[in-house]
Amino acid sequence: MRWSGPRFHPDRRWRSRDGLDERRQPARALLVALVLASVSVITLDYHGGADSPVEPARRAVGEVFGPIESGTSAALRPITGIPGWFTSKNDLHEQVIALQSENARLRSDAARAGYDKNRLAEYDGLTAAAKSLGSALVPARVIAMGPSQSFSRTVMIDAGSDSGVHPDQTVLNDDGLVGRVLRVTRSTATVLLIADGDSVVGGRIGDSLKLGMARGSGEIGSHARLDLELVDAADIPPKGSAVLTWGSEGGAPYVSGVPIGTVTNVYASLRDTSTRIAIRPYVDFGALDVVGVVVPSGTRSDRAVIEADGSLQ
Amino acid sequence: MSAVRGLVALALVSVALVLQVTLFPHLAWAGIVPNLVLLVVVASALARGAQFAAVLGFVSGLLLDLAPPADHVAGRWALALVLVGYLAGRVRQDVRPSVTSVIAMVAGSSFVGTSVYALSGIVLRDPVVGFGEFAQVIGVSVVYDILLTPLVMPWLIGLFWRLEPDRALA
Repeated sequence: MRWSGPRFHPDRRWRSRDGLDERRQPARALLVALVLASVSVITLDYHGGADSPVEPARRAVGEVFGPIESGTSAALRPITGIPGWFTSKNDLHEQVIALQSENARLRSDAARAGYDKNRLAEYDGLTAAAKSLGSALVPARVIAMGPSQSFSRTVMIDAGSDSGVHPDQTVLNDDGLVGRVLRVTRSTATVLLIADGDSVVGGRIGDSLKLGMARGSGEIGSHARLDLELVDAADIPPKGSAVLTWGSEGGAPYVSGVPIGTVTNVYASLRDTSTRIAIRPYVDFGALDVVGVVVPSGTRSDRAVIEADGSLQ
Repeated sequence: MSAVRGLVALALVSVALVLQVTLFPHLAWAGIVPNLVLLVVVASALARGAQFAAVLGFVSGLLLDLAPPADHVAGRWALALVLVGYLAGRVRQDVRPSVTSVIAMVAGSSFVGTSVYALSGIVLRDPVVGFGEFAQVIGVSVVYDILLTPLVMPWLIGLFWRLEPDRALA
């Protein structure tokens, strides 16, 4: 009987701290209130979609944090650039070899390009006649990156509505397609990377012009991969073919002809006769820095805009 | 005084948030960065108790949800950090915390916070990702948060501790 003690020990201890329990009662009520508040914010945002009541709050917080984040990012650039100093001679040597082999491949591609180019010129002429879809690039730097803990792949760039950037514009860099603008503040814009699990880009195989949809897998870094679903599943592209954007109505959110990546693997499933085509994006999402936002030609901007013919405006 | 405390806490959370999206992506492993905001909430729970930490968790969670480049359904980090703040505040002892207890607290909080966030994503079907990735992200972020603990937690706890003159009541 004496040993029935330990089981009741916690009870006794709690009773002896009655004063504390009373102090903690409001904490529990507060917890319930805060949890309910969080759940109602979630509900509001979830059912609101694009015009959810949370959107203005997002914009307001963005207006405040945007300049702070760009300032911090600019101030930290000398520090964050340090790893670049430690590129060894070996690394550089390997880079030279890789670039040389790539150069050889590109040269052989270029030799075949004459025919393609002629055909392309015809198409381009047609498009231009149908609608002069002149475009220009607003240069910007990536200043913040969403953490993977949030399971969405977004970055923030230091160009916003003052620079002529608006939602649903294409973002690219010198390697290829980066993503599209989701929302803007005056001085910053949030960009959804094509690697995000929710991102879908209309893609076209460069060699065969076959159409498909490239979905992000959510992975960035060295394992970055997109999954291409071809409209006509019977036509399997060879490994190494380039995938370009197919382009959307009016160039929003994606303009056509921007390189997305290369086909690395084709997985055919015999059971449901579907094929999954893995694409390795050209862009290294882990090391994004300077990007360009495609804007209509002649956009008013607070910074130099790169026009389609290469001139600065 | 309490307004000053609130402002200091808010400033701390803002600094943590800005560093988390600007500096730490350069040190990220597979895109996973240490959750500095969560560390601030845990420190406030250790120094100030459940009530304060739950409120701070809510406010800082909302900031994490709304500040760019966030794009998930808003309120998810708020929910996760309210729970983290409350639980950490309830579990803490009313003595100056030891190294082991702080590390255990950070590990537990990081696990709970990231898991609640991930689970809310599964319920809402917000990001479509596999279970394997969830497990990886949760594991790495716990390790990362623990690695950062010795660097920032003593400082943060000390700061929150000093913000409250009437410690004798707690």
